[in-house]
Amino acid sequence: MVDVLAQRERQVFRKGEDTFNIGCERNSVAGSVSQRACVFCGSRVVLYPIADALHLIHGPIGCAAYTWDIRGALSSGPELHRLSFSTDIQENNVIYGGEKKLYNSLIELIDTHHPKAAFVYATCIVGIIGDDVDAVCKQVAGEKGIPVLPVHSEGFKGTKKDGYRAACEALLKIIGRVATDKISKFSINILGDFNIAGETWVIREYYRRIGVEVVSAITGDGRVEDIGRSHGASLNVVQCSGSMMYLAKQMKEKYGIPFIRVSYFGIEDTSEALFAVARFFNDVGLLERTGLLVESEVERVNRRIRYYREKLKGKKAAIYVGGAFKAFSLIKALHLLGMEVAVVGSQTGNKDDYTRLKDMCLPGTIIVDDSNPVELANFSIEKEVDLFIGGVKERPLAYKLGMGFCDHNHERKQVLAGYEGMVNFAKEVYSSVMSPVWRFSPRKTVGAGNGVD
Amino acid sequence: MLLRHTPSEIKERKALTINPAKTCQPIGAMYAALGIHGCLPHSHGSQGCCAYHRSTLTRHYKEPIMAATSSFTEGASVFGGQANLLQAINNMFTVYAPEVIAIHTTCLSETIGDDINQIIRKAYDDGKVPEGKHVIHCNTPSYVGSHVTGYANMVAGMVKYFSESTGRYRDQINIIPGWVEPSDMREIKRIAKEMGVKAVLFPDTSDVLDAPQRGKHMFYPEGGVTIPDLKSTGDSKLTIALGPFGTESAAALLDSKCKVKYELLDLPIGISATDRFISGLSRAACVEVPTSITAERGRAVDIITDMQQYFYNKKVALFGDPDQLTALTEFLVDLEMKPIHIISGTPGKQFEPRIRNILKDKVPNANVRNGANADLFLLHQLIKNEPVDLLIGNTYGKYIARDEDIPFVRMGFPIMDRIGHSYFPTVGYAGVMRLLEIMLSALLDRQDRDAPEESFELVM
Repeated sequence: MVDVLAQRERQVFRKGEDTFNIGCERNSVAGSVSQRACVFCGSRVVLYPIADALHLIHGPIGCAAYTWDIRGALSSGPELHRLSFSTDIQENNVIYGGEKKLYNSLIELIDTHHPKAAFVYATCIVGIIGDDVDAVCKQVAGEKGIPVLPVHSEGFKGTKKDGYRAACEALLKIIGRVATDKISKFSINILGDFNIAGETWVIREYYRRIGVEVVSAITGDGRVEDIGRSHGASLNVVQCSGSMMYLAKQMKEKYGIPFIRVSYFGIEDTSEALFAVARFFNDVGLLERTGLLVESEVERVNRRIRYYREKLKGKKAAIYVGGAFKAFSLIKALHLLGMEVAVVGSQTGNKDDYTRLKDMCLPGTIIVDDSNPVELANFSIEKEVDLFIGGVKERPLAYKLGMGFCDHNHERKQVLAGYEGMVNFAKEVYSSVMSPVWRFSPRKTVGAGNGVD
Repeated sequence: MLLRHTPSEIKERKALTINPAKTCQPIGAMYAALGIHGCLPHSHGSQGCCAYHRSTLTRHYKEPIMAATSSFTEGASVFGGQANLLQAINNMFTVYAPEVIAIHTTCLSETIGDDINQIIRKAYDDGKVPEGKHVIHCNTPSYVGSHVTGYANMVAGMVKYFSESTGRYRDQINIIPGWVEPSDMREIKRIAKEMGVKAVLFPDTSDVLDAPQRGKHMFYPEGGVTIPDLKSTGDSKLTIALGPFGTESAAALLDSKCKVKYELLDLPIGISATDRFISGLSRAACVEVPTSITAERGRAVDIITDMQQYFYNKKVALFGDPDQLTALTEFLVDLEMKPIHIISGTPGKQFEPRIRNILKDKVPNANVRNGANADLFLLHQLIKNEPVDLLIGNTYGKYIARDEDIPFVRMGFPIMDRIGHSYFPTVGYAGVMRLLEIMLSALLDRQDRDAPEESFELVM
């Protein structure tokens, strides 16, 4: 088997050996076993956590079935987002159009569930058969008096990133609908956190403690009304910049709200995020409270991870994530645990991202864009990695290779954000890397040579 | 309650599926293709389809799933996917060196009208297919049928492309399993071997999706039916097709193409259906049923005799795929249980009459629904109106089981929250024993949990 596909050679970079000129932001090569998803996937994961909205998927059943409650995005109230609604397009709809079916479905669902808004996801086929989704949404919005928003997420119209953008477009139509009185001047929106395992709650609590009001966490444990008044916030604080930068930029243009990019992963980045917000408001009390919080939390985390750090020192990790921004934080967090990063890659990073990754990594590190299982397995074996960090498709691959694994994607089971998250992360990494099961794995006993047969 | 949104009043829905009891065709084709040795399934459509199918199969099997995609772009959707597919075929053979590429279509490529036959021909003409390698395909428009249809279509594709009638008689039987687990396929092979029957089982996902931990990634695991075996199916004595929805189209094609007659049976789930499978196999291959198999049957029946009172009159709701549900319904009736709600998202006219025929005077008023609007929302409503003692279905049943506090047995696809289905069969007499065990455990755990102190039993 060929190690790296010829057309992909520029998408793999070895620090210290190659001159840096990584290729990225390309369409995947047809015929590759890419780990990437589609436009619809991008829209669906971003909007999914808005719990009091109706999410109707207009297309054949698969798109709804595969995205039914797969993201552990928690809600503190309504659970409507966890159901799976589909127009279940049939052959006659493909021939005669599905607009009527869409209309009927919307009316039926809105009458039954009284959602605060409805998102209608247009899938591949809707783009091809030419249903006028916008018109149907407009009609239903008029009849039912709630925002009914088309999300143009036809799978073939770009990459997951384009899906994020389509989701942001829909969000922009909700923002500005609600009055913004009684909002503190120290107020922010949290962008790009999805409350997986309850992470938004943890972050909200930090802001509460330092005296910053969170107007809306847009997506994480999201509510339509909060989003509607989010334009009243003084600052947008953007995490997971891949999905939400577009929204932040648009809100800046439209409402003059400045934004900053942060990450809540690892103690260094979490602290920096809180300080950045405090510095923005430049209030003595706020800065002081932030300083106190950071100091006490960092001390506590360091104490609690000391044991894991001792055990994990010198272990090697491979990282393969969706957006590159997450990889930056992961590298720092792994360094904090005394670990080395030997392989790092993303599905959708851009040139700036990869330059920054290169600067953060040790010589010899492999940096890769839009990778596939063969490459990932070979690189991981070559570098004798002890831990793989990735998503659902990478987990069994890592296990088959006899490596520890940590899901830093939809399937994380506990909070990995914030200070609490760093401790959980250390525990999770420790339990997987140090698991006695690897003693029984052939790689540790006989050496398997190349990673892929 | 997670399903607080389910009202108990059932209204006929015009156009809507809520919490589906099915998914789309392509994933079935991908699963079937993984049952050919050295095969790389290929999804001709947008990238997301392939990613979703791989993720879902991964969640169910906890195995890496290798499949490629044509990565449709806007351009391909306007001008057709031929260029993408040709490039994909070339790349796959160059990089991943499969024995065979098994292409399935998607709603997108079907609607824009790509002619896969013609594109494959062009790939051969252009020399993109190395000597001795193969490209096969089936059409799997997502807006027709369900994942079961996709499975059936890919199995028929195997016959279409590989089965050859050479005129040379082979003393072997073809066995086509419906969509069952690798454990089931392994069990069917074991039974055939135990009976001294030479059988070609296709597809065969054992040793593919239940692969051992070896410290390396086997891009093409050891299992899967081989190409020579697939070719030889055209010379077999007979085909035994297990489950009409998953297998009849392939069996019928093999009959018309190579004149290999077929016997259509149910999936061998439960005593009666397994009996028919064993006697069918014995008749077809002209072999006696060995005492070892009779003994297995005896052990299964022995469990039922020991524990019959715990099954008696228990009401059951079940959902899933039609071939499983048919055999399972018969089994439940054999246990004197009462399957009162039976739901499958897979359309097909033959389903309901067949189930009604099994239930006849036993459960004449059962709710049996399949196809449009037969989803878990409806099932939940039915259960609210007439509660059950046991729920059987895939992982998605856990919402209903939790909200209505019903003992729950996981069976079907997908199961994303438990293990076992890959390793322990539900077919054959061994499957009977496993089903008995998990159903009894669910029922008796519940009885223990709810029993008042004075009647909390030690011996059951």
